[in-house]
Amino acid sequence: MKKPSKAPFYSIVAGLIVLGLVTAWLRHTTMDIPFFAGDHRAVWMIEARVDFVANGDEVTVNLGLPYDPPGFRTFSELAASPGYGWSVIEENQTRRGEWTKREAQGAQTLYYKAQFVGGLYASETLTEAPPVRSVEWDGPQATASSQLLEQALSLSSSPKSLARELLKLINDTSPDQNASLMLAGEPDKANLLEKLLRQAGIPARIALGLYLEDARRHQSLTRMVEVYDDGQWVLFNPYTGAQGLPDNLLLWHRGDSSLIDVIGGSRSRISFSMIYQTVPALELAGAQATDSIFSIIGVHRLPIEEQGMFKLLFLLPLGALVVVFMRVIVGLKTSGTFMPILIALAFLQTSLLLGLFSFIAVVAFGLVLRTYLSRLNLLLISRIATLVVLVIFIISVLSLVGYQMGLNTGMTITFFPMIIIAWTIERMSILWEEEGPKEVFVQGGGSLLVAVLAYLMMQLPAIGHLTFNFPELNLVALALIMMMGQYTGYKLSELRRFRAMVENDASVDNKG
Amino acid sequence: MKWVSPWRLRRMGILGMNCRNRDFIGSYNARSLFPLVDNKLKTKLLAEEFEVATPRLFFVISAQHEIAAIDEKLAGLEGFAVKPAKGSGGKGILVIVGRRGDKFIKASGAEITIDDIRRHMSNALAGLYSLGGKPDVVLVEDLIQFDDAFQGYSHEGVPDIRIIVFKGYPVMAMLRLATHVSDGKANLHQGAVGVGLDIATGHALRAVQFSKPVTHHPDTGRPLNEIKISNWRDMLLLASRCFEMTGLGYIGTDIVLDKTRGAQLLELNARPGLAIQVANGRGLLPRLRHVETLKPRAHRSPDARVDYAMKNFGVDGI
Repeated sequence: MKKPSKAPFYSIVAGLIVLGLVTAWLRHTTMDIPFFAGDHRAVWMIEARVDFVANGDEVTVNLGLPYDPPGFRTFSELAASPGYGWSVIEENQTRRGEWTKREAQGAQTLYYKAQFVGGLYASETLTEAPPVRSVEWDGPQATASSQLLEQALSLSSSPKSLARELLKLINDTSPDQNASLMLAGEPDKANLLEKLLRQAGIPARIALGLYLEDARRHQSLTRMVEVYDDGQWVLFNPYTGAQGLPDNLLLWHRGDSSLIDVIGGSRSRISFSMIYQTVPALELAGAQATDSIFSIIGVHRLPIEEQGMFKLLFLLPLGALVVVFMRVIVGLKTSGTFMPILIALAFLQTSLLLGLFSFIAVVAFGLVLRTYLSRLNLLLISRIATLVVLVIFIISVLSLVGYQMGLNTGMTITFFPMIIIAWTIERMSILWEEEGPKEVFVQGGGSLLVAVLAYLMMQLPAIGHLTFNFPELNLVALALIMMMGQYTGYKLSELRRFRAMVENDASVDNKG
Repeated sequence: MKWVSPWRLRRMGILGMNCRNRDFIGSYNARSLFPLVDNKLKTKLLAEEFEVATPRLFFVISAQHEIAAIDEKLAGLEGFAVKPAKGSGGKGILVIVGRRGDKFIKASGAEITIDDIRRHMSNALAGLYSLGGKPDVVLVEDLIQFDDAFQGYSHEGVPDIRIIVFKGYPVMAMLRLATHVSDGKANLHQGAVGVGLDIATGHALRAVQFSKPVTHHPDTGRPLNEIKISNWRDMLLLASRCFEMTGLGYIGTDIVLDKTRGAQLLELNARPGLAIQVANGRGLLPRLRHVETLKPRAHRSPDARVDYAMKNFGVDGI
């Protein structure tokens, strides 16, 4: 007989492993589901506080909110301001929060809180250059600015380098005449730089950034300048001349609109407080928008009750893997092929020691009752059915006794699959009669050992976390199971079983 | 605690369970053919059809209500064997060797009542001994009067000869002798003595009990190395013919030697165990691989295959 090629099989196995791992990795990266249960993410909790004095009429407070700030992701937001209506208006790539109230008098304080996840790669591309508004200067400034620009232009090649050169001139410790003149007319360096760039025909805008520092209060926003260069906004700090977005800078407000508008009030002030928090990464992943196609695979969308069921269900392949390993590679005898998994699942519901104790107690008690049953000479089916009923009684009694003794876990013994226990008792009893108690202990012990091993695997928090959050990893388990199905080598137990042949061999060798 | 290295086992050509299940049972035994050997009734009918000698079937019990009337059916029978059709590994076989008044005498000498037999049959019908607990039927068949040649070798039970037949070639054989510890059963793991037999001659090679070499029968004290099977070639021929009969490539045939009727097929096994290697002191793999290399139609007749096996698989052969 010709051996079929093994190539298709191994490609299926490899395919399953790759599919499982790649899907898990993609879901990890796109949905931010952590690989480790205890994973925590750094989150900045930022509170914006708006103070103003209301004049007694209707009040509308309109605050610019971060819109997809580069390098950060909004995780949650809420506004806490009693008596005010609140809504977020999103249009034209801007977000504005609006507080409204029919009538307000005196000092008012409004809060907006948001959590941001940092450390993300910041990149944005714009398709077309935004329009450039023209700049009007006073007489002397017009000349100075032209000269300043001329000077910088000669040293630069791109909008970026122009901005750098301009900043060098402005920030010089001993600024030249032109720069001094410009600074005198426009003391804010951010505004100055923006205007100069606009004069050069380069799109630029002011951005308000917030430097993040743990437990800082009453922070204010820092004015930055964004320069449009080759489809991207390049950020400059006009005071230091630094280019690029620092890790700890959150761009709160970008563009020309005002940060805050207060109608019906005066003396408005805005300040920021922030703290650094750690949030379980999984919570973060769950709270995030689930538009990704990968979220379909995840079970997080299901009701909690179903999720609990899936938690157990997704552990089964691992249990099966343990059983296959113990039987195919190690060669342990068990009673009933997948009985050990069911016992292990029951252990997950009880606890190991209590589960072991109750399982042995139920089976032992059942065996005693079974010997009496055999004297009644019942038909097999009714004997098993009788055992099922008796097992239910035994478990109920054990549970009640446990409860009376204060073991509230006693009730969970009911998770044991009764019918399977009844069959186990029947099989063990027959085994006892036919092969003797030794075989009962070998097979019963084997089942329990495999069950305990499967339980120890399944109860690991990391395993539970991985199988539940990355169900596709079960494909890897499947591939391993299939691969073990191809194993034709010796079982570990056979290395002992056939030792007699070697001993004999050796004695022959000695003689000969 | 002693272990053997897997490389050493491989060098000795020992067939392991995984390899047996996948490379031989999985590859050469079509699943659809399993019922032929898993059901003793089917095996028996098939054997009669192919004129393979087998113990005479007295009657079959297939419904619980028939059990009430078994005392009438058993009336004229002195000795008989009760077997569940789908039992495996000797499970559920009850051998009655004689009567004493109302009581029946088991092979072990213990006495049981007709009610015990009824209960046994009832359990068997309900599927207690069958694979997966499926409902079963019960066969009552003639007792083997084993050949005098085995006198003193088998204690409280019938000795049988297990021959592994691969693609119709008998590749390895052993004689299984019941002992007191095995309760009259011929299963090695229950304590029966396994005597490896030379395929070429039918002479004993070596003997083991519980995987340990023995030289004398533990109950009767008779030396085991003197055993030689008479009409050895007939045995091999009977075993070899089971290939045509069942179509299964890898089978274990259990054959008994009846005093008057000669070699008889007792049962077939589609998943023969591996202990035969221990009894023979050598591995099955080299012979199996050798048969695999033979041309499909190299030896068409059982006779030719037996001759080839006797020539090549003897003690000095492969």
